Amino acid sequence: MAIPFREALKTKDFIVTAEAAPVKGANTEKMQEHIELLKDRVDALNVTDNQSSVMRYPSLGTCLLIKEHGGEPILQITCRDRNRLAIQADLLFAFSRGISNVLCLTGDSIDVGDHKEAKPVFDLDSVQLIHLVHTLNSGKDMAGNELDGGVDFCIGASATPSADPIEPQLVKFRKKLNSGVDFIQTQAVYDLEELKRCMEHAHKVDRKVKVLAGIVLLVGAKMAAFMNENVPGIFVPEYLIDELAQAPKGTGLSKGIEIAGRLITQIREEKICDGVHIMAIGREERVPEILEAAGL
Amino acid sequence: MIIAERKPLEEIKNMLSGYKEILVVGCRTCVTICWAGGEKEVGILSSQLKLASSREGNELSILEATVERQCEKEMVIEELRDKVQEVEAILSMGCGVGVQTIAEIFEEKPVFPALNTTFIGMPEAEGVWVEKCGACGDCMLYWTGGICPVVRCAKGLLNGPCGGTRRGGKCEVDPEKDCAWVLIYRRLEKQGRLDLMERYYEPKNYRAVKRPGRIEAATA
Repeated sequence: MAIPFREALKTKDFIVTAEAAPVKGANTEKMQEHIELLKDRVDALNVTDNQSSVMRYPSLGTCLLIKEHGGEPILQITCRDRNRLAIQADLLFAFSRGISNVLCLTGDSIDVGDHKEAKPVFDLDSVQLIHLVHTLNSGKDMAGNELDGGVDFCIGASATPSADPIEPQLVKFRKKLNSGVDFIQTQAVYDLEELKRCMEHAHKVDRKVKVLAGIVLLVGAKMAAFMNENVPGIFVPEYLIDELAQAPKGTGLSKGIEIAGRLITQIREEKICDGVHIMAIGREERVPEILEAAGL
Repeated sequence: MIIAERKPLEEIKNMLSGYKEILVVGCRTCVTICWAGGEKEVGILSSQLKLASSREGNELSILEATVERQCEKEMVIEELRDKVQEVEAILSMGCGVGVQTIAEIFEEKPVFPALNTTFIGMPEAEGVWVEKCGACGDCMLYWTGGICPVVRCAKGLLNGPCGGTRRGGKCEVDPEKDCAWVLIYRRLEKQGRLDLMERYYEPKNYRAVKRPGRIEAATA
């Protein structure tokens, strides 16, 4: 049985979470396989919320599945699809069903997804969402009404260490830290110097916050180059693209697993940050190999 | 000013199908400046409609008029009172307010919109208009260096940029557009007021304008 993520943040030397990506459809078989495979190997499974603005099985539903399988879920909530009433209601429901970790995100733009004509909500932004969770934790709703049965969420937020220019991002990062968060999960990071700078910055504001470095599994040179071109906030250095390109045909994914393992090992050995969050994007079944490559 | 774009000819033609006597009405204010519905555009659309219809063996009788401000009842009445009697339908080349003003005055006649009203903005270059104001009813421009995050940030974020900002400070949604929060940062930096960036902005009060909006001047 998993220990609460909040406990893991306090007691473990190196924290490992993995992303659980909901499917397109109501067939949860594959997700359940991934949950079974990973639930006892990581400290928490972090579930995306209509990731990349593509409509999928809900984050909340997947978190319930993780609970049913005895795992520890982290509920991602974005501000894109729900207004303040809906977000609060979802959080109450989540807590009542044993989901007590929430990652507060702005959410990708509707324009990058598969329902481009939908109305974007963004009633709140990610900083306001963090404040909202604190308000609920204090026993009140956003309108100041008392809650019958309070909540006690462990709160996370995101950071983008590779943004350019970085200064405006750091302002937002400071606002998140100043709002009070238990953990930070970074966007995919490959340049560990950038990660170090992000850590220094975090500790200037909050010495106790735990920072998990985002590790996106690279499956080949093409994918890495594509991310550099198309995924804002992600930057794969040239030397890694070369390394992937030089891998013998058909071994790109193995090389990617090796690279991820190497990055995690270095982060852990040099104590650059407090842990990692592994995003295998469609290759969840390979996460155990990444963990093995990292000696975890 | 209000920015609008003309609808495709095909759509306008379909809207008007069944009507033969039409009054096309322009406006000399905003939509003249954004090249969508001024006197010149009224002339062009009228010719296009006549030509397209006559090709299909359908002769249209079109009257033209341009009102100083289509959103002012008195001006609309003055300019259109007589002409309206001679037609079956009115095609407004004003913004959505103009269309509704005409429709309210001449209730017995169908009024059709020839434009899509898009936003409140300004000309940026020859033939280019950009959105600047969302009419949110709760202006925060004094905190943000005179740059509106409500509409110039694609997500309307109030506490800084999202993680989607592209290299060079461009918007996640469109690499041609600047990230509003990068612009705000640079503007405030120039003014030595970066402390304003650190301020926490509460969630927006969407009751600042009770929709549909209505204001009564204190002296009225």
